[in-house]
Amino acid sequence: MQTVFSIAVDALAYGMVLFVISIGLSVTMGLMRVVNLAHGAFAMIGGYIASYAGRDLGLGYGVAVIAAVVGTVIIAIPVERFLYRRIYGAPELTQVLMTIGITFCIIGIANYVFGPTLKTIPLPSGLQGSADLGFRTIPVHRLFAILCGLAVAGGLWYAIERTSFGVKLRASVDNAAMAAALGVRTEIIYALSFAVAVGLAAFGGVVGAELLPVEPYYALRYMVTFLVVVSVGGAGSIPGALIACLVLGGIDTTGRYLMPEFGEFFFYLAVIAIICIFPRGLAGRTK
Amino acid sequence: MKRFVLAAVAAVVMSTAAYADTIKVGVVGPFSGPFALQGKNFKAGIDAYMAINGNKVGDNTVEVIYRDLPAADPAQSKALAQELVVKEKVQYLAGFYFTPDAMAVTPILKQANTPLVIMNAATSAIVTKSPLVVRTSFTTWQTSTPIAKVAHDAGVSKVISVVSDYGPGVDAENAFKAAFEKEGGQVVEAIRMPLSTNDFSPIMQRIKDSGAQGVFAFLPSGPTTLGFVKAYNENGLKAAGIKFFAPGDLTQESDLPALGDAALGIQTTFHYAVSHDSPENKAFVEAAAKAIGSKAELSFPAVGAYDGMNVIYKMIEATGGKQDAAKAVEAVKGLTWVSPRGPVSIDPESRHITQNIYLREVTKADDGTYYNKEVQTFEKQGDPGLAAAK
Repeated sequence: MQTVFSIAVDALAYGMVLFVISIGLSVTMGLMRVVNLAHGAFAMIGGYIASYAGRDLGLGYGVAVIAAVVGTVIIAIPVERFLYRRIYGAPELTQVLMTIGITFCIIGIANYVFGPTLKTIPLPSGLQGSADLGFRTIPVHRLFAILCGLAVAGGLWYAIERTSFGVKLRASVDNAAMAAALGVRTEIIYALSFAVAVGLAAFGGVVGAELLPVEPYYALRYMVTFLVVVSVGGAGSIPGALIACLVLGGIDTTGRYLMPEFGEFFFYLAVIAIICIFPRGLAGRTK
Repeated sequence: MKRFVLAAVAAVVMSTAAYADTIKVGVVGPFSGPFALQGKNFKAGIDAYMAINGNKVGDNTVEVIYRDLPAADPAQSKALAQELVVKEKVQYLAGFYFTPDAMAVTPILKQANTPLVIMNAATSAIVTKSPLVVRTSFTTWQTSTPIAKVAHDAGVSKVISVVSDYGPGVDAENAFKAAFEKEGGQVVEAIRMPLSTNDFSPIMQRIKDSGAQGVFAFLPSGPTTLGFVKAYNENGLKAAGIKFFAPGDLTQESDLPALGDAALGIQTTFHYAVSHDSPENKAFVEAAAKAIGSKAELSFPAVGAYDGMNVIYKMIEATGGKQDAAKAVEAVKGLTWVSPRGPVSIDPESRHITQNIYLREVTKADDGTYYNKEVQTFEKQGDPGLAAAK
């Protein structure tokens, strides 16, 4: 019984970290219809900025997180204006080629500027160490990641479903021409949601850095995992992504505990099964 | 008279051509991509050797030609080696970070009349594939065997082994098991994890549940190591007194700043630590750090490359610059010298390097940086992997 609880705790923590990192991609792919393979690259930029701010400048963790999110968004604005704006509504292959190209460029630049070694983000003393749950211990930063995941999920759901910005965003996505005719400035809406998605990527990169360490190949190494989460959850659906992360995290953790020699067999078996039954993902909307 | 002068001139021209050649050495390694750091270390070791010893052997000038092979790719490796031999006319092939890449090149050595000096690839069997292969790095068997004795001496009798599921991981598992059982210990469980694992909490839970007193681990150096060592600390294994044993790949110097306090006190066995205290190593570290740009990026492939160049220089000396692979390899059999890592020799039988293996402990220096402090020496270790394969 203790083993079951223990696996459940690990699964929850891993799933929430996956969620924080992947949700930004769900926004770009589902709401903006851009297959953004450079998502991991933006997460990596966030990680590098936080690492630089925390380690080399000696700033606090909170400041480092904010610097990472703001800094990444600032870097992303010209990228959106000059590159992404050309591929909105373009065929998927064009988007894939463009964004994978951007990813390689960012990897090259990161390798050149920061070097090929691992970078860590120093944690404040409050997040270091482990917490005792009675039947086992768990690293405190995992608890922090779980809380961050819940906060991000709640905040995004509220912004998209309950605010006027969310209404305009959904309108622009469903029918850009009609929304523009009704006075919605779709370009600004797109730019804003792109900024939000990139900010979330950076935030996820920083919060998840304990599990997925920051290094130049981060952008490619974890790309498949991000894409799997989005396609299983259903692009653009926040509850969908949340459920997908928890289910996949649970399957992956259980498989790794009980039968590690099978590798990621169970993870991808589950992905295949879910996609066969729900081709648009668990909570995907029909087009 | 005229004819005599002409003949004399011709003789002079021809003799200089024969005795002052440019000897080309082709080096294949990962100079870009995820393993670029290891390739950079190859280059740093080679540059350091040539900075200290000059680029001339006798009258011959040594020129190194690099070819980039970002990830393990045997077909590409063979193509690059052929290109180096046919187009660039290299007399020596060297480098090779991954075992499959080195394996793919062994069949062409005889026809190409080129020795192959392996500067990293660490599977025992490579040297058996061709009599023209010499290795100056280490094998996973060589570095994983002494840690079993360390574990036994520390009073541990039950160990769980946890390795990444790929060639060197399986090698490490077998090497440790063989050596530990010989000491009278018991490996209670052997877990092989997928290479792409990034959450190690479930593994740590399994280690706890197994009731072992210690864990033997092997993972490729880089991001996964960081996650593994952190998980070991954070899931309370360190606090529970479960001891950690591993070969030195897990605490390579370039990963230590990222590992930080999490790695403190971890004991590993390996053939080289950047901190090794000897005049040879001091000179080497200075030259190699200059070549790579920062001492923090220096790691073990650099010393393999450095000693590889030493072997190649000796080969050039022995053959007088003429291309004769068999003679060159024969000349370095039994060669003994003092490397930055300590006294070493080339075993005449296996053509693999015999060297000291050191037990090191991750320690914090006065200036706040971390280093592998050598605490015990296992002298003149050969490669137990070849004997085990027979």
